[in-house]
Amino acid sequence: MSGFSTLLRKEVLRFWKVSTQTIGAPVLTAVLFLFIFGHVMEGRVRMYDSIPYTAFLVPGLVMMSVLQNAFANSSSSLIQSKITGNIIFVLLPPLAYWEFFGAYVLAAVVRGMVVGTAVLLVALPFVDMEFRHPLWVLAFAFCGSAVLGALGMVAGIWAEKIDQVASFQNFLIMPLTFLSGVFYSIHSLPAFWQELSHFNPFFYMIDGFRYGFFGVSDAHPGKSLAVVAAFLALVSGLTLAVLRSGYKLRH
Amino acid sequence: MGYDVRTAYRAARRSLGVVPQELVFDPFFTVRETLEIQSGYFGMRDNRAWIDEVMHNLDLASKADVNMRALSGGMKRRVLVAQALVHKPPVIVLDEPTAGVDVELRQALWEFIRRLNRDGHTIVLTTHYLEEAEALCERIAMLKLGRVVALDSTPNLLKRVHHLFLRLRLGGRLPEELRPLEHGSTPDAHVLRLKSYDDVEQALSSIRRAGCHIEEMELAQPNLEDAFVDVMRRS
Repeated sequence: MSGFSTLLRKEVLRFWKVSTQTIGAPVLTAVLFLFIFGHVMEGRVRMYDSIPYTAFLVPGLVMMSVLQNAFANSSSSLIQSKITGNIIFVLLPPLAYWEFFGAYVLAAVVRGMVVGTAVLLVALPFVDMEFRHPLWVLAFAFCGSAVLGALGMVAGIWAEKIDQVASFQNFLIMPLTFLSGVFYSIHSLPAFWQELSHFNPFFYMIDGFRYGFFGVSDAHPGKSLAVVAAFLALVSGLTLAVLRSGYKLRH
Repeated sequence: MGYDVRTAYRAARRSLGVVPQELVFDPFFTVRETLEIQSGYFGMRDNRAWIDEVMHNLDLASKADVNMRALSGGMKRRVLVAQALVHKPPVIVLDEPTAGVDVELRQALWEFIRRLNRDGHTIVLTTHYLEEAEALCERIAMLKLGRVVALDSTPNLLKRVHHLFLRLRLGGRLPEELRPLEHGSTPDAHVLRLKSYDDVEQALSSIRRAGCHIEEMELAQPNLEDAFVDVMRRS
């Protein structure tokens, strides 16, 4: 095996070995959201005139799980390795900085996809779902989880304590995800907040992902994918620059 | 080794195996998984036979499928050594490998280090135990505030110290004239630091003149610790 594929395999094995915590727990959280919000809101509102609220909610919850778990995977792996000191095992071998980046981000994508698929499978018996454009679903899931995997790397490299990563997650990732249209269509918001939502890249991830299921969305899916891809390029460029400089890893 | 660490970093890193000083490990994996992963980072394929051999040589074979968390400190230290060897590097850096280990493991590690050296590996050993450096190293560098203040073969470093030690247990008081020569005496023995063998003769005659009875006597050559103290004082 090459150094890159070994690091990718190791990162996947790392979360797989503690799957109760890394897969089971987020699936349970998402399903509780689905049942509680679904129970309270079902029959009261229909989204885009025809979609039952619970069905509308499922793609949002799936994508929220994908994004949060992709971030958690790379950030927790890096901060734990830094704190325990075993980061040395990946810094000493002949791995290029871009191989390091690729392995951590792809492992984050795998974790996000696994958790997202599990949430979807658990929800399916309770909700009638459509799958109009599966390729859009995959494209947004991949790009979104890659963005969050790279952001998790930046957080994991920057942080020196676990609570700093938790702050990154609680004060940045969580609000941006919750305010991105997981639980609502932004068309239901007042004009100011609707406008503000267009500056939240997470909105495009969830809106485009939802388009893949229902064929309707707040923004055009092509525009959403372009925004998400541009954001991925930006975050990847930043992460690669940080890795190349050796910031907080080799200094 | 001749590799630029920036432009030829892959070749440079392949040439090095590093055993860190701290007992670091990845708690998610067993000993075998840890070694297979480390081997994979270096792009080694079909390395199972060598991993088995390294584990056998370090008495780790019985712990191959045990999680790293369940190992004792000594066993974790052995795994760190094994990790540094999985890609067969020509140069091995051991950063204080015997710090805080028990006597048995220290002896085992010393023997293993000697064997690696005999097999052609260059060993760079950092240590605070000068006895360890004297026993294992052919060439020694001494550092003060990050600067190399001495770099020479062990015999040459020892030759720099121009004195010897006379250890005496007396059936009486040490003559006053010898008191200034005392260096590191213990409650039951006097140790005199002498410049040459001629001084031994003079010290013994002083003791005879004082009517003192010698119960035990030993003449010791300077060791690396003396050389180290000497180098540090001069630099």
